[in-house]
Amino acid sequence: MASKGTRDAYGKTLLELGRDDKRIVALDADLSSSTRTVLFAKAFPERFFNAGVAEADMIGTAAGLASVGLIPFASTFAVFGTGRCYDQIRQAVCISQSNVKIVVTHGGITVGEDGATHQMIEDVSLMSGLPNMRVIVPADAHQAEAAVRLAARTDGPFFIRLSREKFPVIYEENPKFELGKADILREGKDLTFVAMGLMVSNCLEASEILSKEGIEAEVINCASVKPIDKQTLVASAKKTGIIVTAEEHSVIGGLGSQVLSAISEECPVPLKTLGIEDRFGLSGKPGELVKYFELDPESIARKAKEFLGGKKR
Amino acid sequence: MPPSIKEIEKTACQIRKEIVKMTNKAQSGHPGGSLSAIDIVACLFMAEMKHDPKNPGWEERDRFVLSKGHASPALYGILAFEGYFPKEELMTFRQLGSRLQGHPEKLMLPGVEITTGSLGQGLSVANGMALGLKLRGLGGRVYCLIGDGEMQEGQVWEAIQSAGHRGTDNLCAILDRNRLQIDGKVEDIKKEEPIVEKLAAFGWNAIRIDGHDYRAILEALKAARETKGKPTFIVADTVKGKGVSFMENNVDFHGKAATDEECRKALEELDGRLEMIEKGN
Repeated sequence: MASKGTRDAYGKTLLELGRDDKRIVALDADLSSSTRTVLFAKAFPERFFNAGVAEADMIGTAAGLASVGLIPFASTFAVFGTGRCYDQIRQAVCISQSNVKIVVTHGGITVGEDGATHQMIEDVSLMSGLPNMRVIVPADAHQAEAAVRLAARTDGPFFIRLSREKFPVIYEENPKFELGKADILREGKDLTFVAMGLMVSNCLEASEILSKEGIEAEVINCASVKPIDKQTLVASAKKTGIIVTAEEHSVIGGLGSQVLSAISEECPVPLKTLGIEDRFGLSGKPGELVKYFELDPESIARKAKEFLGGKKR
Repeated sequence: MPPSIKEIEKTACQIRKEIVKMTNKAQSGHPGGSLSAIDIVACLFMAEMKHDPKNPGWEERDRFVLSKGHASPALYGILAFEGYFPKEELMTFRQLGSRLQGHPEKLMLPGVEITTGSLGQGLSVANGMALGLKLRGLGGRVYCLIGDGEMQEGQVWEAIQSAGHRGTDNLCAILDRNRLQIDGKVEDIKKEEPIVEKLAAFGWNAIRIDGHDYRAILEALKAARETKGKPTFIVADTVKGKGVSFMENNVDFHGKAATDEECRKALEELDGRLEMIEKGN
């Protein structure tokens, strides 16, 4: 499979949006070359605001820009763009329903060598708990572009989580992307994988491994974590009777927790959450870390099979 | 025609009564810091800012950010007196179903530009507004009122650096330097002086005034408007609880409302003051 960077897609898309719409402005906190907002900064220096290493100030400034009719995209690494300025996002963006788009890169453990301080595994949980916030974790670069475009044209706060690592390409260019709509990428009858971000392609690979053993898994890309597509999730739960969620995130408060609460009323089937188990990350190569935390396709397939064996048939 | 000093003073005194009454009615809220700020707020809305209560969304208006959101009674008072909403609504302050939330909420009440309450955030937002207004060529100015204890928040200094660096001259910050915060004297908790020198060192046009001297406030705001290439920071020396003798310099009234008896006494004092203003004293 070909690979493309979700952050590269963001940089390119932001630049295109900036060309088409003068209301688009961008902010960064000294990481513009990493987040790729540098492309926008070079093309439209008068519409780019570097806060320096001051994330709280960046978010407040973004809210101010939004309040006078502009459409700010504020970017930095996931850890700094959520934890470092949670209260600013809460008050100046979410309570105020400011039209601010927070697009972070370097989410999850695949940040790699930088280690626990830079591997943000609580961001989806933090952002999802905020009323008025929409939370998107795209599965590939093409979906990232679609998500950024959707955020630009939809009023109100958005959080989009991208990555340092390139992701395998799953979608054709310009895929349809709707808020609150999950995509069934593979149909199956024996179990349902629900994933976000990089784990979508890992679950697709895991489902191929399982298929060779006669287990047909359904794979759902739940990029729109909030609002979540309850209907699609419940329908799949009814069909397969068992769910395995996978996320490059803490299993507490992330995708797994939210899928669980989405299905629990109408179809509470056994559900296993794969992710980071109440601990922080550590230094290593991205690929090594994915294996270490058993989020590689082989581990996902093995764990799903064990869970299936214990719960069904 | 801009209002006379006497008119501003009279309105500020009438709003002082409302501040005491609405916090008394709610039996909560922050009278002390509202009373220290009201003279500045009244000067801004009555004589300095370009705004239209009939059209609060007017794009070319000047913006006011109450970074010290707990002084909401002062903001609500001036908004009501300027005609943004009926004065009777002031007595619904902090009650269930009221638009007058404990701390000002943008989505609830016309005239509130951004939600504040958690301290330290207003100046960053004001920075963004000022930059955005320039970018859009709208010509508006932005005013941000900051509390004294609030200056201890790191984000305030991030924003001070940002505006100083960018030379955002359509921005004017005002420090309500009332010298008290919940746990005591600001200078005992975290030394703030020499504040004017600090602000000047960060690239601001820093001015120090008596924050209860209407002429001085108006002159400082005019100087801010005329200063090009730099944002202006007005350090306004004020008295917490100003205008009510037993609330003045009394930290107990930071976040505590007057009892009914205290309220009666306060209103009596303020009525006396109003009479003196009328007589031209």
